Amino acid sequence: MLAVDSLTKRFQGLVAVDRASLGVPAGSITGLIGPNGAGKTTLFGMISGFLPPSEGRVLFEGEDVTAEAPHLRARRGIARTFQIVQPFAGLTVAENIAVGAYLRHPRRADAVAKAREVGLRVGLGDQLDKPASDLTVAGRKRLEVARALATEPRLLLLDEVLAGLNPSEIRDILPVVRAIRDGGVTILMIEHIMQAVMTLCEEVFVLAQGKMIASGPPRQVCADPHVIEAYLGKGAAARMKAEEIAHA
Amino acid sequence: MSARDLLPLILVLAVLAALPFLGLSGSALNFLVTTLIIALAGLGWNVLGGFGGQYSFGHAAFFGTGAYATAVLQMKFGWNAWGALGAGIGLGALVGLAIGYLSFRAGLRGSYFALVTLAFAEVFRILANTADITGGAAGLLLPLRPGVASLQFADRRLFYLLVLAFVGVALLASRWLERSRFGAHLIAVRENEEAARALGVDALSVKLRAIALSAAITAAAGGLYVQYFLYLDAGVAYGTWISVEALLAPIVGGIGTAFGPLVGALALQGLGEVTKHLAGGIPGVDLVVFGACLIAVIAFAPQGLLGLRRRRRTVPVGA
Ligand SMILES: Nc1ncnc2c1ncn2[C@@H]1O[C@H](COP(=O)(O)OP(=O)(O)O)[C@@H](O)[C@H]1O
Ligand SMILES: [Mg+2]
Repeated sequence: MLAVDSLTKRFQGLVAVDRASLGVPAGSITGLIGPNGAGKTTLFGMISGFLPPSEGRVLFEGEDVTAEAPHLRARRGIARTFQIVQPFAGLTVAENIAVGAYLRHPRRADAVAKAREVGLRVGLGDQLDKPASDLTVAGRKRLEVARALATEPRLLLLDEVLAGLNPSEIRDILPVVRAIRDGGVTILMIEHIMQAVMTLCEEVFVLAQGKMIASGPPRQVCADPHVIEAYLGKGAAARMKAEEIAHA
Repeated sequence: MSARDLLPLILVLAVLAALPFLGLSGSALNFLVTTLIIALAGLGWNVLGGFGGQYSFGHAAFFGTGAYATAVLQMKFGWNAWGALGAGIGLGALVGLAIGYLSFRAGLRGSYFALVTLAFAEVFRILANTADITGGAAGLLLPLRPGVASLQFADRRLFYLLVLAFVGVALLASRWLERSRFGAHLIAVRENEEAARALGVDALSVKLRAIALSAAITAAAGGLYVQYFLYLDAGVAYGTWISVEALLAPIVGGIGTAFGPLVGALALQGLGEVTKHLAGGIPGVDLVVFGACLIAVIAFAPQGLLGLRRRRRTVPVGA
């Protein structure tokens, strides 16, 4: 469904993303992991059209969308959430979601009905008429997901929607993510919480210092020495191996 | 829009329509016409500034364009008043589009946008003050020609009703913004442009349509102004006075609400009138009161006068 082909993003001198490629099969939940500053959010920015890539291409359903504006990609069916939540602070929760719903429902009554339905689905049912600024962190993350979902996307890009949530909030939101996929939406998610990645994703890609260093089923990727080194520093994999042998 | 959405609007218009038939003096009627013209200019400003969050400090550019087009097309090209007024409104919208295109394409926001609009209005003022077609510094005096075709009524109440009709249309447009997809997109751009774009909103096109509508409404106010007073010069048409009035009315009344500009214009003009009577001798005392009001509103009622009432009840979106 989505193919990222050798994307590079340079900010002045800094190479934030360096010839990274990935593929997301239709109907999957695919993970994108990597240490802080690896370039994950930057990669999302290029997939959703907010950042023009320095090099490389983005293909959505076989079509080259590299040069397309964000709103046109949204119309094609690419929706994203923001790692730093961006609520319409002056509006209610339902009004926030309705902005997304208007994309496929020009009439107000339809858009509002759709917004309420989506709000219910992500667990914001009893907060729909509150100002968005009154929501907790967990509520705002849900609102990000709800707004994106209300555009009725085919591909949903989730940028760390679990970050900042406590374990019970995470436990509550995991089934929501899975239900979205089961409803026919393909998902690409950036996530730090490995437990969540393990339970949700069929395949993960690992980005470190802008480069894609590994990909595969989550269990296999987590055992990959390159990945361990990227997270824990040089020589970490060898040290762990040595410790394992010592314990055995 | 449902009948329930329109009921308050119809009631307000009905009350305002009845006012001049309660035996008002000529000066009271004058006051009402001026206030409604300012309310109309404010309703225009509110479309872009209130709903769209793009604060213009130069709506005089549109007011003056509407006014000059209405006057010049009649005086120098022999148009009838209605056609000239219509063309003035269209030209105002075009000027809005041009200014919007130049500033929004360049990504100007906030005080930068405010300054650019102010600069445009000032350039227009200087040009109008020197050009021949606008009568230069001497200004234009529309010939007295009573009749429906020339939009000059022997009974001033008819002109008042005409201005009120324009205010009604602008209120209707504002109400529509509160209830439509376009309005939701405009408000979303105001609240967070990036998030709006992620949801499929073409932010540039939304802002351009908003500034065109905003400019058209304020240009209508300019056309009606010259048609009522039959005199125009550059300072009146493109002066900062009207830029300030157009933004003060919605800010004081309730920014981003349909009725805010009307309430604000009535409150401010009323207050100005009262102070002029009480302290008539002191020149500019009404301006001092204006400034004091603005400070009071920003400090104590940032949502404007209507916000004071609204604070106690929240309106569910589905209602
Ligand atoms: N707009 C920008 N200008 C300059 N540098 C940026 C910009 N956005 C991100 N970066 C840099 O690019 C790198 C990758 O950032 P980011 O994509 O946010 O990483 P991640 O989401 O994986 O934590 C970081 O070093 C960050 O400082
Ligand atoms: Mg990030």
